[in-house]
Amino acid sequence: MSTAVVEPIPRGTLGSRVGRNVWDWFPAVVVFVTGIALWEGLVRGLDIQNFLLPPPSDIVRTFWTERETLWNAGWFTFQEAFGGWVIGCAAAIVAALILARWRTLATALMPFAIAANAVPIIAFAPITNNWFGTLNQLSKMMIAAVLCFFPVLVNTLRGLTSVRPQQIELMRSYAAGELQIFRRVRIPNALPFLFTGLKVATVLAMIGAIVGDYFGGSQDALGIQIRRQAGVFAFNEAWAAILVASVLGILFYGAVAAVERLTMRWHPSARGAAE
Amino acid sequence: MSEQPNVVRLQNVSKEFGQGHVRALQDIDLEIRPGEFVSLIGPSGCGKSTLLRIVGDLIQPTGGEVVVNGKSADRARADRDYGIVFQDAVLFDWRTVEKNIGLPLEIMRWERRKRLDRINELLELVELKGFETHHPWQLSGGMQQRVAIARALAFGPPLLLMDEPFGALDEMTRERLNLELLRIWEQSGSTVIFVTHSIAEAVFLSTRVVVMSARPGRIVGVVDVDLPQPRGIETREGPRFAELIREVRRLLRQGGGFQAEEPEDEEQFIAAEEGL
Repeated sequence: MSTAVVEPIPRGTLGSRVGRNVWDWFPAVVVFVTGIALWEGLVRGLDIQNFLLPPPSDIVRTFWTERETLWNAGWFTFQEAFGGWVIGCAAAIVAALILARWRTLATALMPFAIAANAVPIIAFAPITNNWFGTLNQLSKMMIAAVLCFFPVLVNTLRGLTSVRPQQIELMRSYAAGELQIFRRVRIPNALPFLFTGLKVATVLAMIGAIVGDYFGGSQDALGIQIRRQAGVFAFNEAWAAILVASVLGILFYGAVAAVERLTMRWHPSARGAAE
Repeated sequence: MSEQPNVVRLQNVSKEFGQGHVRALQDIDLEIRPGEFVSLIGPSGCGKSTLLRIVGDLIQPTGGEVVVNGKSADRARADRDYGIVFQDAVLFDWRTVEKNIGLPLEIMRWERRKRLDRINELLELVELKGFETHHPWQLSGGMQQRVAIARALAFGPPLLLMDEPFGALDEMTRERLNLELLRIWEQSGSTVIFVTHSIAEAVFLSTRVVVMSARPGRIVGVVDVDLPQPRGIETREGPRFAELIREVRRLLRQGGGFQAEEPEDEEQFIAAEEGL
């Protein structure tokens, strides 16, 4: 068939596959630079007190001079977040597979899962501190894990069950068993949903770890640093620690998004990455 | 009539949806011999897709008997006697063209070497050589449908069930794929049951056209299409072709096919029935 218009399969460097075109970023960069400049200008021009909002230049300076303490604390808390993310997501994926396989179980349990999802889980942070030990990183991991669990469960389950009926009919016409249908239809179909959940979970894991720190923990933890510095009016230091948390959060999210783009190059949405 | 065993024998088949509120099919008797190309045509909601699904054991009839290759429909499905093509190609986005075609072979645990050879043959058959590593979204609608046909033929099923496979394509693509389908049918020797809305398509492709009435779906009549094989572009131009089309149209009118259409809720019932 010579008349068909066929797009080339997306190829290119790792960068172009994972990232976007440089010019796509241009408007965002303009907004970022303008925002920072406004912040700096307003804080200095209106003589805003340091405890209300320090100028970005001061934050960045502290970020640099205190880099060793900050990154150590950041790494410590990132371990808590990452550990919790792994535990929570793994548990959620296993639960989703079980619920997708035995649908009556899902009908029985999902109302509770949805109700539990509406509970402000972060309120349990002091309790998990008691359960697993305030100084133990595991106590923060558990809070992060519980926060990650529900969005990953709900998304993955939706992906596993939102298969087109005709795809199942087709598999049945090949006399494929339930396991085959899972392996070749449901699981690949769930991948985009799963990654949506995994990305949301990175943010929740960071929140869980840091808030877990707020309720007490090792002096090495980032949340403890933020709380302590803010407590002694060292606002530049507190803000610099927040900056570390933000950078780590963005990197975590970005790393999962990059894995998503690499694993799902078949997905129609991957077209955007190649153009 | 020859004494060959029937590929499909339907006796008194009926189907009701929603606890008998909707009678989709009533008293369907039909016998299909090996190598036949039988089209089912009728107004929307006449149950022709339902009938196809009953033959393919995707839904169960409420009454009557379905025998495929001398066995029950579920036995025939377990024996992989069916190749199915839907109106929508139903390709798997995450699989390339060759892996979509190879999917049934993977499930049937064909050895890799044998599988690749077969995929190659099929790519040639449906003229998709050079597109093996493309993904479905990189193909036009017509090409996607050819992948679906190749996939249905992959394991050489004796019975090919096609549910309006070209219904979503433009007229030119449809005519070209009609010709290709005839060529494939001749080469593969499969028996085909083909559901369509198009009178011309039914007459052009089939050895027999089964005309069905509006709900409840019954068989109004069967038109034997005696146009010579192999058929080509010139087939559509002859006076016999026009006569056969008039005959199908007459039967459709007799079955109420040209009256105001009833709402098409058959699909909803199917979905509800299967709990999908």
